[in-house]
Parts: sequence; C-alpha cells; structure tokens
Amino acid sequence: MANSLLDIRDLRIEATVYPPGEPPHDIVIVEGVSLTLEKGKVLGLIGESGAGKSTIGLSAMGYGRGGVRITGGEIFLNGRDIRKGGVAGLRKLRGREVCYVAQSAAAAFNPAHRLIDQVVEAAIEHGTANRAEARKRAVALFAKLGLPDPANFGNRYPHQVSGGQLQRAMTAMALCSKPDLIVFDEPTTALDVTTQIDVLAAIKEAIRDTGVAALYITHDLAVVAQVSDHIMVLRHGRQVEYGSADQIINAPRQDYTRALVSVRSIAHEEKAPSSTPLLSVRGVTASYGGALQVLKNVSVDIHKGQTLAVVGESGSGKSTLARVITGLLPPSEGTITFDGRPLPRRLAERSKDDLRQLQMIYQMADVAMNPRQTVRTIIGRPLEFYFGLRGEGRDRRIAELLDEIEMGKGFIDRYPAELSGGQKQRVCIARALAAKPKLIICDEVTSALDPLVADGILKLLLNLQAIEGAAYLFITHDLATVRAIADSIAVMYRGEVVRYGPKSQVLSPPFDAYTDLLLSSVPEMEIGWLEKAIAGRRMASAGN
Amino acid sequence: MGGAIARLIAQRIALGVLLLFAVSVLIFAGTQILPGDVAQSILGQSATPEAVANLREELGLNRPAVVRYFDWLGGILTGDLGRSLSNNRDIATAIGQRLGNTLFLAGVAAAVSVPLAIILGLIAVRYRNRWPDKMISAVTLASISLPEFFIGYLLIYLIAVQLGWFPSVSTVYDSMGFWERLSAVALPAATLTLVVLAHMMRMTRAAILNVMQSAYIETAELKGLSQFDIIRRHAFPNAVAPIVNVVMLNLAYLVVGVVVVEVIFVYPGMGQYLVDHVSKRDVPVVQACGLVFAAVYISLNIVADVVAIVSNPRLRHPK
Repeated sequence: MANSLLDIRDLRIEATVYPPGEPPHDIVIVEGVSLTLEKGKVLGLIGESGAGKSTIGLSAMGYGRGGVRITGGEIFLNGRDIRKGGVAGLRKLRGREVCYVAQSAAAAFNPAHRLIDQVVEAAIEHGTANRAEARKRAVALFAKLGLPDPANFGNRYPHQVSGGQLQRAMTAMALCSKPDLIVFDEPTTALDVTTQIDVLAAIKEAIRDTGVAALYITHDLAVVAQVSDHIMVLRHGRQVEYGSADQIINAPRQDYTRALVSVRSIAHEEKAPSSTPLLSVRGVTASYGGALQVLKNVSVDIHKGQTLAVVGESGSGKSTLARVITGLLPPSEGTITFDGRPLPRRLAERSKDDLRQLQMIYQMADVAMNPRQTVRTIIGRPLEFYFGLRGEGRDRRIAELLDEIEMGKGFIDRYPAELSGGQKQRVCIARALAAKPKLIICDEVTSALDPLVADGILKLLLNLQAIEGAAYLFITHDLATVRAIADSIAVMYRGEVVRYGPKSQVLSPPFDAYTDLLLSSVPEMEIGWLEKAIAGRRMASAGN
Repeated sequence: MGGAIARLIAQRIALGVLLLFAVSVLIFAGTQILPGDVAQSILGQSATPEAVANLREELGLNRPAVVRYFDWLGGILTGDLGRSLSNNRDIATAIGQRLGNTLFLAGVAAAVSVPLAIILGLIAVRYRNRWPDKMISAVTLASISLPEFFIGYLLIYLIAVQLGWFPSVSTVYDSMGFWERLSAVALPAATLTLVVLAHMMRMTRAAILNVMQSAYIETAELKGLSQFDIIRRHAFPNAVAPIVNVVMLNLAYLVVGVVVVEVIFVYPGMGQYLVDHVSKRDVPVVQACGLVFAAVYISLNIVADVVAIVSNPRLRHPK
C-alpha cells in the first residue's frame, strides 16, 4: 500500500429508496469491494447497469449521486483516508488530486460558458496555476487530444462543437489540473463507433504521456481491454473477478466473466432471398420540411421471414427510413410496395390491415409502454383492436404470447415498472407479435440493454422469426448485432445507402471506404487491437 | 451575435407594437360600452335634456365610434392625449407628472426588491430545506399573504407613528431634492417591496433548483467548487430567463398595480389619478391611463423576452 495511489478497502455503499406503497428503506448498492491502483496505471471497472461501477468510481472522489452514501470501508488516496477529511477536505481533493470525465460530455459542460473557462476552472480554483498558465496548459492539451485549431477551440461554446470533440475537451478539462487520478465514466459509450476509436486512442495516449492513473468504467469489455492494465468485473455491487487485463480477457476464471467475454457470438446462417420481396422501397427521398434531404434515393428490399439490417451512425437516416415505411413521414419521392401492392404514403390513408401487417419495436421499451397499464392491457390491446378478442379468448392468447417471449403468464398483471429492462423489451416484442404482422421494424431494440440481456433478446427474435415467419427491418448502429441477426444488410451514410446486399457479400472485401472505416472501428475482444486498428488506419491514409 | 438575434429582437418589438394597437382598440371599445353618459355625469342629475344634448355635440360624442377611435389614435400618435372632460386640463401634461412620480416609487421599490429577492433566492438554494430556507420562505409568504393596505398601515403605525423615522403621508412636490423625495416614498416603497418579494424570490429558488439537477452542476461539484460558487457561476446564468420573466411581471405590477398603496400614502401617482377620473367618468383620462399602463406592461415583457434571447448562448453564438 506504501506506493499505491488509491487503496479502497471493504467499501460499502448504501442508498435510501422510496418504493411506491412501501415505507422508505436502505438498500446496499456496493458491498465488500477492495481495490488498489498504482500511480500511472489504469484499472477497468466493468459490469452491467446496476453493477455499481459508477458508484465505486465516484466514491474515489467521496461523492454519492442522489441519495447514495458511503457507509463503510476505507478509501485511501495518496495515503490519506478521504472519508475522514470532511466536506472541506473533499473539496480540496476534487478537481485537484482526482478529476472526473462523464459519460455525456454534452450534458456535463455548462451551456452558458465558453469551453476554455470551464476547462481551466478547477486549476485556477485550487490555485495550481494562474489563468495564463492554465490557458496555456489547456491549449497544449487540446492539441494533444487532436482537437481542431487548439489555440481558438476553447473560445467556443459547448453547443458549437461535436459530441466527440466535447468528450476530448472533457478529458482535457480533467487533465488540466494535473491530477493523480482520473475517473472515466463510460467516456465513449454515447459516441458513434467511428468516433469512439479516435477518442479512445486520444485518451489512451494522454494517459500514457501524462502518467496519470485512471479508473475506467464501461460496460463494454472490448473497450476496457484496450486501455486497462487491470480489470475488475462487478455484478450486483459485488466483485466477481479482479485480475490483470490479460488474465480476464484470455483466461477468465468465473462463469460470469466467461459469459461477458464470449458475448455476441451468435451464429446466424443467412437465408437466400426469394424471387418476390415482401417489402420493396424504391427511390425514396424524404425530408423534415426543410431543404435538407434526410433520405436520398433509397432503395432496399425485405424478403418474407428474413431480416434486413440497416446500419449507420447517428444522423445517417436509418430511423427516418423506418418513419417513411410506417407512413409517419410521407416521402417526397419514391414508392413503397408491400406484399405485391403499393402502400399509401400517408399513415391516415392506410387500412387497418395495412397497419396490422407492420409493427414496430422501439429502443426505449420504458417509454414505449404506458406505465399505468398492466402487461395484460398492453398486450391485449392489439388483440382487441385487430382481432376483436375479448375476455377468456384474449387472456388465452396473451398467455401464449408470454410463453413465446419466455416469460410465462405469471407476469400478466405486472406493471412495466415491475419488470427488468430485458423483460420490458420482451413485452414490447409480444405486443408487436400480437398483431400477427408480416414485418416488424426493430429500431435499435438492443442498444439500451446490457450485452448479455441484448444477446437474449436477439436469440429470442431469431427463434420467433423461425416460428412466426415475420420479416424484420433491424435498425442498429452496432455491427456485432448485425452479424448476429441479418440476412441482408444496408449500410447508410448521410441519407444514402452506400452498400447493400446479402450479409456475406456486404461483410466481405473489397469494401468501400465508409464500410471499411465502420468495420475497422468496432472494438474487438483482444488486447492491443486499438493500436493495430489505428496503425492500420494511418497506413491506409498514408497509402492514399 | 449577428443577424439572427437582431431579427428575433426586431420581431419581438414589432409584435409588441402590434399588441399595443390591439389593446388600444380594446380600451376604446371597453370605455364605449361602459354604462352612463359623460355629458350626463358632468352636468349632474338635474341637467335638462337640451343641455346634455348640447354638451354631447360640443364634446363630439355624437360622431360614429370608429371615427372617434381614429381621431383619438391619431392624437396619441402625435403626442396629443386630449383634454380631461372634468377639468379641461391637458392630459399629457398631467400624466407626465403623475407617471414620473409612479416610476420613481416603482424604481425605488424595484432597486430594493429585485436584488434582495435574488440574493434571498440564492441563499434559500444554498441552504435548501434547512432553517435559513424555511425562514425566508415563511417570512416572504407571510408578507405576500397579508393585503397591501394592512402592511401599509402596519408600517405607518410602527415606523411613522412609533419610531417617527419617515413621514406617513408621502407628499411630493417639484422643488423637492432627491433625498427628501426618497425619504417621502420610503414607506410606500417598503410596502411594495414586501408585496413583490416573495414571488420573485420563490421563482429564483425554483428556477435555480431546477438547474441544479443538471449534469454540469455535478461536474462543478466534482471540480471542488464551493456550493455558493456553483450556484452563482454555474446555476444562475442558466436560470436567468425564467427569473427575468417573473421580475418583469413584478416590475409591471409596481407600475400598474400600485393604486391601493398610492391611496394609503396619499401619493400623487398614476393609480390615484386613474381612480379619481374613473369616479368622474372622465373617459379620455381613463383611456390614456389604460394605454400608458398597457405600454409599460408590454415593454417590460419585451425586455424579458429580449433578455431571454440574449442570455441563450445558442442564439448568441450560432454554430
């Protein structure tokens, strides 16, 4: 412990919860976690949502979000127990010895102030630099982190720069105080995959060059494998496995770790396309009123009982394509043919049967269900609306559907709040299936879920496709998901389909430039992948 | 800065002018449908029908309403508010003096109450749910719950009668110096301050507490800033727009709603002037007062809008 920078022993963290209809009580969020971190090393904290990883990270700053309290254990930073320093002691240490990089830099920067003023604030506040020195340091950090025009970058306001740039600026903000430790809380999770790789490389380089130590929190094991020396796997607030990055990735000891490492290894054989497609989108162009065309001349086909994956980054137009197909956004040009007949452009012009044939599942299962309705009402509604089922007949069908989504009829009277994230998404799937549709549009249905839960949902969707024969239009930004589920793939970039065809063809070389960038940006569960990928990219750009 | 923001502001001002015209129509129509007859009320119950008819003719009351409206409007646009029916004095001159007095009183009350409300709001946030917050809330709520005439007489009793610090009657005249004038309006200004304080303070508190939920407040906290710096530097700038809105509403109240306080302290302001002439059915004066009040109200709200626009960095510094 003599040399360790951070030494946490037997940490216990509790929070008061206020469940409806019950008296408030305390629950244990983290229990029995111990870790040590040497100067200049990186420890990855990994786990699903609710594993307590952010809570542990913030505890290194003596901070509890909301009603969260550190109730036991010792947290030594630079040899002093930070729990004994009181509020004044914590204030001296935050922003000086330990800094924080948040998941959403867009929300973590104050919209009312220029970036530079926020970046230098902590250094000036703690008197570690005067304004001129701190500004010079900030500009140097902007340059190191690869921000454009470093000398003037800081004069901009947060809304004037991109998400990836903000994340780098936040890293610069943490480094500007020259802290001993930085807590990175999912710093690349909210970024597009092609942006993530650059930010990840910038962060890693900055850590190496400044010799700062880091707690790196993420749910993505492939990402943490790129930056960490050690990794701690957490589940339900308890430590599952703690070891070197190499050991965790290559020789995991616990079943749970093994499951995390082997996640998304679903093998799905693509089916051959039929002669007549179920849904045919031809030359569709659409915009949201303005001159900007969000979709430009898009043509894709979906075959009966098969899956078309539409993949692209945020702003590529993939969700707009879904809106056009469902009739929510009438296209300005182009046609949509469904089951051999043209589909009216507007939702209002479509028949009840058209509506029934086309169902949707959304990213946020939380907000896609009425929180005041039970599962029975939620799934029963399409049964009543489309088939006029009532009473016992309806309940029998609901029970069947609950069996199909592997939940069972025990859930029939639960409210959405009483379900886990994965269960909520399953109920949404059942609601879509209740209409017996020929096509289900799945809009980022696994993006908000933890990897293992997402895996379960993908397996379920594949099983249901085999049973019910519904086709899927699967919108995602995640290429691993695409590999797992697609029969054919459309790669979208700035409103255009840049690559389209059967999965095997789209994912095999020769690639177009954008697909190549996209594919090479997906982190792999392999130590040293980041360096290889970056080196590959530099070679490619040198070759051009 | 730039064209976008100038355009937005010009738009607000143009809308304000348009609104003022609409209000002028309403005021004119409103005074037309009032029961009673000006000529009748000037001459009293015992007047002969011939005398009333003659006076109506003389005052131009027999012309169609539309003609009279445009006549009136044209006068206003050239700075002529007409003459009072009851004493035949020029309304513009009389209002000018009265409005000056009212604005002085409102200005003094605002200069005290606005900074005080904001500071109390900041303190309430800093010590949220602890005793300073609860005390500030209790005191300001009590003062807003008491009617203004009660607070007024209470202050007169305590400060003017018992302590003798300030006069109980706020007489002002032209030759008075600034400090004398200030001493004269001390009690009405204090009364108004107590009336408007709670609203502004509570809005400041709520607006800042709302901003305190943001992620960037956590960032500031994790930089080791003190609570007060966090509130002042990071929360307040983002809460300006709602605070300015409620401040402007209260400033408007200070000008438009001071009738009771002016009567209690016998202060020669707009409110008293309006009330006097309403009882005399002096329609031109009532119309002019209504229009002045509307103009004050609308321009203060335009100021609030402009501040909200200018305080938004997204509008000030477009991408």
